Amino acid sequence: MKTPKKKNEFLYFALGNNKLKIGLVILLFFITLTFIGPLLTDYEPLDYIGPAAVPPSSEYWFGTTTFGQDVFTQFVYGLKASFLVGIIGGGLGTLIGILVGFTAGYRGGIVDEILNMFTNIVLVIPTLAVLLIIVAYLEVRGLLIESIFIGCTTWPWAARAIRAQTFSLRTREFVDLARLSGMRSLKVIFGEIAPNMMSYLLLVFILQFGGAVLIAATLDFIGLGPTEAMSLGLMMNNAVLWGALILGIWWWFIPPGIAITAIVGSLYVMNVGLDEVFNPKLREM
Amino acid sequence: MSLQVENLTVYYQTLHGDVRALDGVTFNIDDREIMGLAGESGCGKTTLGHSLIFLKLPMRYVEGRVLLDQENLPVWDMDRMNDFRFRDISIVPQYAMNAMNPTRKIGRMAAELLESRDVSYKNKLTELKRRLDLVKLSHDVLDMYPIELSGGMKQRMVMVLSTLLDPSLLIADEITSALDVASQKAVAEMLVEFRDREIVKSMIVITHDISILYQIADSILVMYAGKLAEKASTDVIIKSPRHPYTQLLISSLPEVGVRYTDKRLLGIPGNPPPLINPPSGCRFKERCPFAFEKCSEEPPFIEVARGHSVACWKELEGDA
Amino acid sequence: MLRLEKVSKVYKVGTFGGKELHAVNEVSFDIKDGEIVSLIGESGSGKSTIGKMILRLLSISSGRIWLDDLDITTIGKGELKVYYRKVQGVFQDPFSSYNPIFKSDRIFEILHSEFYPEMKEDEWRGKVITAIESVGLHPDSVLNKYPHQLSGGQLQRFLIARALLLDIQVLVADEIISMLDASTRIEVLDLLADLKYRGLSILFITHDLSLANYISDQAVILYRGYVAEMGATGKIFENPLHPYTKMLLASVPRLDKKWEKAQAELSATQPASTGGCVYKDRCPVAEKLCASYTPKLTEIQDDHYVACIHYEGG
Repeated sequence: MKTPKKKNEFLYFALGNNKLKIGLVILLFFITLTFIGPLLTDYEPLDYIGPAAVPPSSEYWFGTTTFGQDVFTQFVYGLKASFLVGIIGGGLGTLIGILVGFTAGYRGGIVDEILNMFTNIVLVIPTLAVLLIIVAYLEVRGLLIESIFIGCTTWPWAARAIRAQTFSLRTREFVDLARLSGMRSLKVIFGEIAPNMMSYLLLVFILQFGGAVLIAATLDFIGLGPTEAMSLGLMMNNAVLWGALILGIWWWFIPPGIAITAIVGSLYVMNVGLDEVFNPKLREM
Repeated sequence: MSLQVENLTVYYQTLHGDVRALDGVTFNIDDREIMGLAGESGCGKTTLGHSLIFLKLPMRYVEGRVLLDQENLPVWDMDRMNDFRFRDISIVPQYAMNAMNPTRKIGRMAAELLESRDVSYKNKLTELKRRLDLVKLSHDVLDMYPIELSGGMKQRMVMVLSTLLDPSLLIADEITSALDVASQKAVAEMLVEFRDREIVKSMIVITHDISILYQIADSILVMYAGKLAEKASTDVIIKSPRHPYTQLLISSLPEVGVRYTDKRLLGIPGNPPPLINPPSGCRFKERCPFAFEKCSEEPPFIEVARGHSVACWKELEGDA
Repeated sequence: MLRLEKVSKVYKVGTFGGKELHAVNEVSFDIKDGEIVSLIGESGSGKSTIGKMILRLLSISSGRIWLDDLDITTIGKGELKVYYRKVQGVFQDPFSSYNPIFKSDRIFEILHSEFYPEMKEDEWRGKVITAIESVGLHPDSVLNKYPHQLSGGQLQRFLIARALLLDIQVLVADEIISMLDASTRIEVLDLLADLKYRGLSILFITHDLSLANYISDQAVILYRGYVAEMGATGKIFENPLHPYTKMLLASVPRLDKKWEKAQAELSATQPASTGGCVYKDRCPVAEKLCASYTPKLTEIQDDHYVACIHYEGG
């Protein structure tokens, strides 16, 4: 009896899933903009290049700020910053979540209890307070610090989710058989259990990525972000600080706001779509 | 006659094509008859049970007629079937006992079930309690959560609920599989009791365990690969089956007291055919030790003796 | 020979691990070379727990397990690997026993890299083909396929072939045919019988009395972690002594006679055992003493033991 390979099955459903397609298109649009954008502009984000507070025109596509900086330039560089934080911060959060989740889920017992306690402590720490302290000590901050901070504070839910999945996979008989073959625990986790969870791990990463972008934008907006880079949140922060809301300089904060919403939204929508692709029970015939 | 099924054909829609799970099935069940529906995995027995009462995606109705007490049963129309479900035809699905809402007390669940059918719980309470006595469940059960009941108790509870409105036909799908031996016996005997007390008129008992059917069923219908193989009274099926599949199936069952050193059991080598593009002709011919040229043509399911139908050319060609 | 000596398994349950759940209570029995011993019990009897303890997939709370002269109760990783060359297991659900994203051949590959890393590819392949043929499968129709492309019976036999590749002494078969169809069960059962003739010892864990009677030489009947009755299979089935065994034999649906119209006993949820004989709540012949006295296994006939107060005291 002919049966198509599993890969083809996933591809078939992936191509047919509207949520996935729409989300992916939006995301790809912004990613492309990140790469092409800087090539389309001759300016740097902080350069004073023209008259202040000019609305979008053919010369200044997104208009200018109250200081006469090009909003479009700021926008495309800001996109790059947001994506970087998403990847580094989201990636770090996923990594820690994987390490803690797999270990707790596979070993169980006292190891599980200790790791659970640790996870709960991290969850309970008031991250804003910690951030304020960090900001007080580091006058000059870069994207890296922000990414690391986000990664180190957002992993608990990922750890919980991965632990739960590991628990349920661990009781499957193929794990017992792997142990009966004399496999070491680490090899069982990464050779047998993790590959089974690839789709799940992908979903976790996507959510972490989106979450990191959103958190970074929020932090930047309230002024706790990096001092050394232009980001979408920072744009919005500056816009509000310098009266864009009152003066009606909508082109300064609307593009970054839409971008953040669109990026994070498309990631979440992709997530739902991917879940349907991977989980046969959620598909409709 | 209680149930008449004519040429019922139901397919499963899948990515790779239609799975012809039930292909032109015709049989009858009399009043007061407990018919066992036996066969191995993939034979279509669960599909048959479900298509009579709950034909939904991915199942697809293709053709056929179902008459319950001479009235047409619109099995293809999920909405119209609502009027019949629970009142005229009812089912105890597989794993029903594990499908109870763990956060609801049993009494509340029963009330919700009845209200959804426009039946007042208060009115039915006395009858419900009488039924609980019948299955030897204390009335306190109504005040308990599912987790407080054992498997056997849950199964009996589900049976009581499914038959509360005295349906004409009850379909019991593998209701004894997950129970321990003592509960199995109690639940199986309860089925007979329900029929004897005329709570239910007739039953279809779906199971892969033929020995349970020997204990409680009046007749047995054996299915293979989406088609009917043989139907006869229980004694005849067990003691003198005529279809080669039934014969091989019966002889593959170990009896208590017989050891392999005494008599080696014979299995049936090979596997059932895939139902996406089933082979033409008799679906058992690849594995049948008696297959001959005529078998490339599909044998009809025909009565060869009183109350005994077979779909096999060897039997129809006239040898005893 | 595999020997269990007063093996117990205790789980800590409840908040802060205050209460204890005794899944297995001081169970002792042997599996001699070339013998099939069936471990019979219903859910909650502890039979799978015993199987997993023998395979050291679960730790042993108390008691000892011996393989010939080696006490394997607490051996560590390195020695365990040597143990696994002699004792292996096959489990109930064939589809759960394979990692669904890999091909089924992988189970052999794992053995290759873990136990025979120096063996060359061709030589290993030859070994694999011999093992596959010895369980009655055609290499061409089962190799290089994904688990969902094979049937339950083929998958189980594949797993037995895997165990045979290691040239084991003892096979723990935990309900290996209960998820197979009646017609495919026989192939696997007859395979077990053939293996026994070739000298393999098998622990056949099952809830099905007829199967146990068909295939095994010795039987151990478990009830909630205690041994109720044990001995030569034929003797137990011809002459059941323990009330539980009698109940089992009377309730099992048979093809040669109908159930007696006796009152089927209907059990409520099992409360935790409160001391004494564990069967007392359901026992039709329980006495007052059964509430406080836990019976010991007594030999009634040659090779036929029972733990019940009615057979004790000479």
